[in-house]
Amino acid sequence: MQPAELQARDFNSYPPAARKLIVGHLDLVKQLPMVFVALLLREVSGYDWRFPAERRVIDAQFAYLGKLAPARRAELLRSFAEIELPRDVSSIDWVKHTQKFLDGLTKTLWATHQIDAFTAAATRYTAEWNKAEPEPEPEMPRLSIVVYGAGLHYAGYPLFKKLRPHGVFVPKVAGTDGWPEILKAVQARAAKQPTPYKHWYIDGGSADPAAGKSLSTTSYDGMTEVREDVLKKIHEIIASGHGGPEQLRTAMAEITPRELSFGSNAHDEVMHHFEVNVQTEGSGTQIFSTTFAMWSAREALRRAQPYTTLVRYAPRQRELPMNEMLSSKSKSAGVDPQGSVMDADIGAFYVWVDQQRLTGAAQSSFLAWSEEHKEAVMVGPGLPRGTVAGSNLSVKQMLMQLS
Amino acid sequence: MLGFSPVRAMALAPSQKVVVVTFGGGARDEETFAPEGQENIPNLMKTLVPQSTFFGQVVNQGILGHYVATASLATGVYETFDNFAAVKPDHPTVFEYFRRGLNRPAGDTWVVAPSNGFNGIGTSNVKGYGQGAGVILPKQLLRTALPLEGDAKYSHLLLDNYEDPYYVPPLAGNEFHLKQLDQVLRLSVTDFMSHAMTLSSADELSVYIAKQLMRQLAPSLLWITLHDMDIAHSGAYSLYVEGIQRSDRLCAEIWSTIQSEPEYAGKTTMFVLPDFGRDSDYDAGGNGFQHHRTGDALSRTTWMMALGPGIREGLMVDRPVTSLDLVPTIGAKLGFATPLVKGNRLVEVL
Repeated sequence: MQPAELQARDFNSYPPAARKLIVGHLDLVKQLPMVFVALLLREVSGYDWRFPAERRVIDAQFAYLGKLAPARRAELLRSFAEIELPRDVSSIDWVKHTQKFLDGLTKTLWATHQIDAFTAAATRYTAEWNKAEPEPEPEMPRLSIVVYGAGLHYAGYPLFKKLRPHGVFVPKVAGTDGWPEILKAVQARAAKQPTPYKHWYIDGGSADPAAGKSLSTTSYDGMTEVREDVLKKIHEIIASGHGGPEQLRTAMAEITPRELSFGSNAHDEVMHHFEVNVQTEGSGTQIFSTTFAMWSAREALRRAQPYTTLVRYAPRQRELPMNEMLSSKSKSAGVDPQGSVMDADIGAFYVWVDQQRLTGAAQSSFLAWSEEHKEAVMVGPGLPRGTVAGSNLSVKQMLMQLS
Repeated sequence: MLGFSPVRAMALAPSQKVVVVTFGGGARDEETFAPEGQENIPNLMKTLVPQSTFFGQVVNQGILGHYVATASLATGVYETFDNFAAVKPDHPTVFEYFRRGLNRPAGDTWVVAPSNGFNGIGTSNVKGYGQGAGVILPKQLLRTALPLEGDAKYSHLLLDNYEDPYYVPPLAGNEFHLKQLDQVLRLSVTDFMSHAMTLSSADELSVYIAKQLMRQLAPSLLWITLHDMDIAHSGAYSLYVEGIQRSDRLCAEIWSTIQSEPEYAGKTTMFVLPDFGRDSDYDAGGNGFQHHRTGDALSRTTWMMALGPGIREGLMVDRPVTSLDLVPTIGAKLGFATPLVKGNRLVEVL
């Protein structure tokens, strides 16, 4: 089917808000290349559970495409129209089975060496519409905080190697009330600008109840039942004998939150969908708590564009070496404090990188703090780069410098 | 099945041998040869690089999946089949060129590889070829040797691949069977299992098997693919770095074995190369070290070292070469034709 043949009834299976949106723009959609429409539908089909920032992006794209003169639009999207697809891919019902179609598209792009041209076309399109419909500046300067929590210790490991060139390294953090001070600070920010889904708390262990209700919160321990459900479904798919990687990926993408247990966000469908996506689309999020924290933070920053992001890492389970596994001497894997430090360290760097991709980067601030090492790094406007603090600082003092 | 007699491949053997070590888990410069990564590869840096001609820009323009990319390395043509299917390459492999060109028996070329998908890498589908390498999948052997309940108990250890950790392609009837351990490698199942219990990873098991091959059959063309570092897909950076450090140690161990085995010493060229890199930390379309999905420059560019007799030591080659250049270079080195390859001979090592 070509986009020009689309009719409103083709979207009857879409959730209400998504259906209303796409049907409202059907005349425009009919004029777009098939590959582009399929990519758009992947975003639109989940519109009902998207964060406000994502909805704004989708709305802005329709507005931008609608305003373009037809010739200009055709020129901008020509590379998408020129992608050649084999019959087994082009014949997929890309309205109902969008993910299956996109998996086939991806495979084709790589196999036929069209991936670079596709990437260039997508990059150009994004740049053009971002220029025309720029992202709004944040209502308050962004702040991200990454805590290497209790149990994460690696004597002698040089923390923050990738972050130190961008800010101030604090080799001695004073005081013992760092975590309560951090909670107080993020709660104050959420109270000052109480926009939904703009203040996040992600915990690689159990979420601290003291964080309160004003933050969008997700945690590894809070996801235990969802995680077990996802793993059970994976094993069911494999056992069915139809568990090739593409079928599995498609099946995973089509899992709906209603098929799974509710985690700690049963009351919030948007957050529940986010958590399910982390489990079904994330690689390793079901196995390692550090990967869960890293992936959740990246997705939260990319999708919700928070003003405040607090991530606390907890020790992940240890990967058993082969000889221990074979000898059956280890009854349980235990935790890996050293490996968890390394995981948290790259995760902290990625939080900073992801925050810098968002608007207001020049005013954004960042703090990474290791509770056990009593070391930290601060990055922010007005702070010197690549320097070392000359005196001990408490977490409270660092937060004040960053505010 | 493989049509060879389990004896050393001595008669009419070429005067030189080649051992290829690939990393079927991409590694980035910043965790390897960039200044901040060199601490992870002390053996490569201090022992192997000084003895090698080093290609600093090896570009892979093919599909960035480990089986299809390794098959492309082995055919000298960018293969386009499904990365997760246990299929044979669509172009002749270096092993077939080798056997046809030098009239060598099956036992003179072997592949030791990590996952079931690699079972088809020894021989292509191309008419007129079809006589390639024997393929040993050590983890598959271990799976077979374990008691029945072992599958579930050791499922994580026996994980077929990290790119799609829940999928294991079925074997396609060309596998090396457990009973051949004794026939070919002179290794009892008991000894195999005992030794496996002293090793910390699947790559160590692969190198152990490779060393057995070198001692028992002394193949002239041996291909070893390591993949521990591909645990990066699980998102645990520490385990990815640990995999790199292990690969570094194993490369030195393989080189040391080459120097100490009479059949190899003084006449063996070793090539070491990752199949490709991993995504950049700064590419918004990727997830940094975890995957290799963007096709950005960092994920497509890697390195290769060649070392052995006649290879210039300490030579750094800055010009870009491609991963397809390996097969014609091996062909030129050992003296067989590679007519269907798309790559070029690397004159710096000939």
